[in-house]
Amino acid sequence: MEALSVKNVTKRYTNHVALDNVSITIPQKSIYGLLGPNGAGKTTLIRIINQIINRDSGDITLFGEPLNEKHVGVIGYLPEERGLYKKLKIGDQLLYLAQLKGMSRAQALEKSKAWLKKFQVTDWWDKKVEDLSKGMAQKVQFISTVMHEPKLIILDEPFSGFDPVNAKLITEEILALRDRGSTIIFSTHRMETVEDLCDDIALINKSKKILEGSKKQVKDQFRSNTFLVEHHGNNFALDPSRYEIVRQQVIEGDLYATTLKAQTGIKPNQVIRELIEKTELSSFQEKLPSMADIFIGLVQGEDEDALRKHLQEV
Amino acid sequence: MNKILLIIQREFLNRVQKKSFLLTTILVPLIFPAIMGVMIYIVVKQSEVTTVKTVQVLDDSHKFTFKDTKDFKFTVITGSLDAAKVAYDSSGDFGLVYIPPFEISDPKGFTLLSHENPTLEQIGSLEGYFEDQVRNMKLQQYKVDQATLDALKTDIEIRQVTKDATTGEEKSSSSGLIYGVGFVLGILIYMFVLIYGIQIMQGVIDEKTSKVVEVIVSSVKPFQLMLGKIIGIASVGLLQFTIWIVLSFGVTSSVLAYFGLNTPQKQMMEQVSKQVDQADQNSMESKAAKNEDLQKMIFNWSQLPLAKIAAVFVFFFLGGYLLYGSLFAAVGSAVDSIQDAQQFQFPITLPLLIGYMSLFIIVLRDPNSTASFWLSIIPFTSPVAMVGRIASGVPAWELALSMGLLIAGFLFTTWVAGRIYRVGILMTGTKVNYKVLAKWFMTKQ
Repeated sequence: MEALSVKNVTKRYTNHVALDNVSITIPQKSIYGLLGPNGAGKTTLIRIINQIINRDSGDITLFGEPLNEKHVGVIGYLPEERGLYKKLKIGDQLLYLAQLKGMSRAQALEKSKAWLKKFQVTDWWDKKVEDLSKGMAQKVQFISTVMHEPKLIILDEPFSGFDPVNAKLITEEILALRDRGSTIIFSTHRMETVEDLCDDIALINKSKKILEGSKKQVKDQFRSNTFLVEHHGNNFALDPSRYEIVRQQVIEGDLYATTLKAQTGIKPNQVIRELIEKTELSSFQEKLPSMADIFIGLVQGEDEDALRKHLQEV
Repeated sequence: MNKILLIIQREFLNRVQKKSFLLTTILVPLIFPAIMGVMIYIVVKQSEVTTVKTVQVLDDSHKFTFKDTKDFKFTVITGSLDAAKVAYDSSGDFGLVYIPPFEISDPKGFTLLSHENPTLEQIGSLEGYFEDQVRNMKLQQYKVDQATLDALKTDIEIRQVTKDATTGEEKSSSSGLIYGVGFVLGILIYMFVLIYGIQIMQGVIDEKTSKVVEVIVSSVKPFQLMLGKIIGIASVGLLQFTIWIVLSFGVTSSVLAYFGLNTPQKQMMEQVSKQVDQADQNSMESKAAKNEDLQKMIFNWSQLPLAKIAAVFVFFFLGGYLLYGSLFAAVGSAVDSIQDAQQFQFPITLPLLIGYMSLFIIVLRDPNSTASFWLSIIPFTSPVAMVGRIASGVPAWELALSMGLLIAGFLFTTWVAGRIYRVGILMTGTKVNYKVLAKWFMTKQ
């Protein structure tokens, strides 16, 4: 059973279509990256999942059940546009938000104290948000998102406003939540986050989903049997019918870097074998496309073949 | 439902726990009694300080007899004016009045010589003293005696009775009392709606600008949030008003008591007890007359359908608040700051202001006119106008119609406001005009 299944969801506004027949499937206990440029429709999709707005058509099931009002307590949502009540004490704030999610006051009290203790900030209980720094407020906001132990956590640009130390702390917490059984949706532009954390991704562009799959699948889809080789001396000749030298440049002295594309079917081991005979190898790696390259390429409107070609060259 | 209760509770506590709430709740009822207290204090002090002034009088007309008044003690002197002036300088008395010989028909040439500038009251009091005497002289000249004069005094009072057309029941009434009741209740409703309506708007803007709102609406429906806020703030308002009324009453009574002025209730009791042994005191005549007035007022007051007025007041108080409250919430949701709110706030406050103005111009003057009728029927003006009319007796069908329309009115505004609100709270940085509001309203969720 998937954590979340979105099928053919469409949302229209007066002047434009915000989501056009979008379907995504999010496996349980995974970290799922929802990618796309600004205005692509990510926030609309997230708001629909949170039942803040309604879809025009399409089906959504959450843990096997059609999405309904009871699911509000199952989801933890950290919106991109977020904030807290400025004049309200942190303690009251956490209690209020947790109770709105359906926790009892006693439970909320216990959990909020535990989280503040975990972040070693128990003395914040009586402080107001306006007395905290932005990073501190973000921590409180994160606590309020996950305090009710949601099975589905939706984080929209979670790391904006965090310094690297706190970003690391939050990352560890997110991984811990996943390990305890939560499913996490990341909506982000930060590709290093996607490379580091996400198991699966979907790319939404201009209201449509244009790519979905596990990170490995996506990368495999765009691999082109291109290798990056560093070697001493540039005098080697490879069979031009089987290899194409895309680029060659000097690194230092007689150390060269060569990007070469092998014909389909040639395995890396075979490439190494052939190279060893002809040159002094210094390093060898398959050139896998980065998520950033795939993202930019697809969003800029290249079709898959053009993108693959583009990816060899960058 | 449980979540609305949570929101109501939060909104209530947020405001009640603030220092400013405590401050305004305690200070406002103190302000009026304090002003009153200060004024009474000044008057009392002044009258204590005012001593009787000694005035020398040189009466060359020889027409007057001098009797000391509460302000002045007269010392009659004789001799030349110049000698009198010299003597006055060293006497330390307040002033020297010179009265030249004069014709009764044309009294003039009276002079007051004094070291310090006399006050207007002092001049007036002196003038009055002489005028009284000269008038008496004239009356004697015209052969009118005091008895004839007393017999000329006339006092007619119309007893007001309203007769109910259907039941035929006759009731004593008082326009003054009806005016007073309508005046106070109308102003209370106007103030309450405006003050707390703006608080709702402020609260919505705060949630929007602090961006906490998207987190909240992922847990509750926007409509629940709006309703919770409106009701929460209403309960703050009701609490504050109750405290104000109780405190003002208490403080006013104690201030009055402190200065030896009795509260109406006390006065009432005393007057009634005095009435018993009134017969053997002929000096009580005027007091008895006053007694009658007071009794009449108390009687008229008791003739008012107080329970009905109270019930109607509470209904229109809450109805008006709910009608306007949701509109204020919608305005708050549409804008990013209180400054931007001005342009949308005006069309909302306008009908409220019209109701308020017409309370004085139309409704209180003539509660039964056609204009008053319509003002108290149309939901936007009815909360203020109807309580302005209620003491004068409003036919049951009019009241029922007005109440029904008010309920329909606030359901309608809440519905309209809710549709704008749910879109507005998630829109930041949009330039909003009426067209945009209409679009939001039409947006299907």
